[in-house]
Amino acid sequence: MAKRFMYMNTKAPYGTVYALESLEVVLIGAAFEQDVSVAFIGDGVYQLAKGQDTKGIGMKNFSPTYAALGDYDVNKIYVEKESMEERGLTLNDLQHLVWEDEDEDWAEKDSIRLVSRAELADVIDDQDVVLSF
Amino acid sequence: MTTLHTVNKSPFSSDTFDACLGLAKSGSTVLLFEDGVYAATSGTVSADAIANANGITFAVLGPDAMARGVEGKIADGIKIVDYDGFVDLVAEHDKVHAWL
Repeated sequence: MAKRFMYMNTKAPYGTVYALESLEVVLIGAAFEQDVSVAFIGDGVYQLAKGQDTKGIGMKNFSPTYAALGDYDVNKIYVEKESMEERGLTLNDLQHLVWEDEDEDWAEKDSIRLVSRAELADVIDDQDVVLSF
Repeated sequence: MTTLHTVNKSPFSSDTFDACLGLAKSGSTVLLFEDGVYAATSGTVSADAIANANGITFAVLGPDAMARGVEGKIADGIKIVDYDGFVDLVAEHDKVHAWL
């Protein structure tokens, strides 16, 4: 039976390896057909910033991979509102992530859900497994 | 004595930036690189602190801001330098204080 997995992303990309490692684990979990949710809080929200260009720092730009999550049925992506506001960010600063709903003739739907800290706490409370990166 | 301070941690996940700002003297330069570049993005408490820090020059390492997709959000008045500019800053100051 599928379990509900929540991956919490708390750190900015590139400065540490946590963001990249988390992304790889998320994709592995999805391949095992678990019910996967992904949350971005604190500096983790920076992982989804659009327009990342790493050619000047000699590191792999893994940000395009977030756009592939929808194809792995990872379409519950929670972004904490308070973390965004503290960093002067709006949804326009983030990648536009979508998934295709096969029950509705592959209609394209938004994956990102901007939620308050209190709402996110309830989502986490409902999970079977929570992994923090 | 002129000092170049370097900060490579996000101001939200470390107290390094605040500690640096508290001890940096007028006439010194603060270079923000790696995750430190987030301190210079507009709409943050840290960018306000930078705007109010009289006599201190602030610079951001451009390649690190570009990698993180925030080069367009660097607050006005903050210089963006490349790696050669980083080296120049080191050469122009009497010492480097690398905050960790």
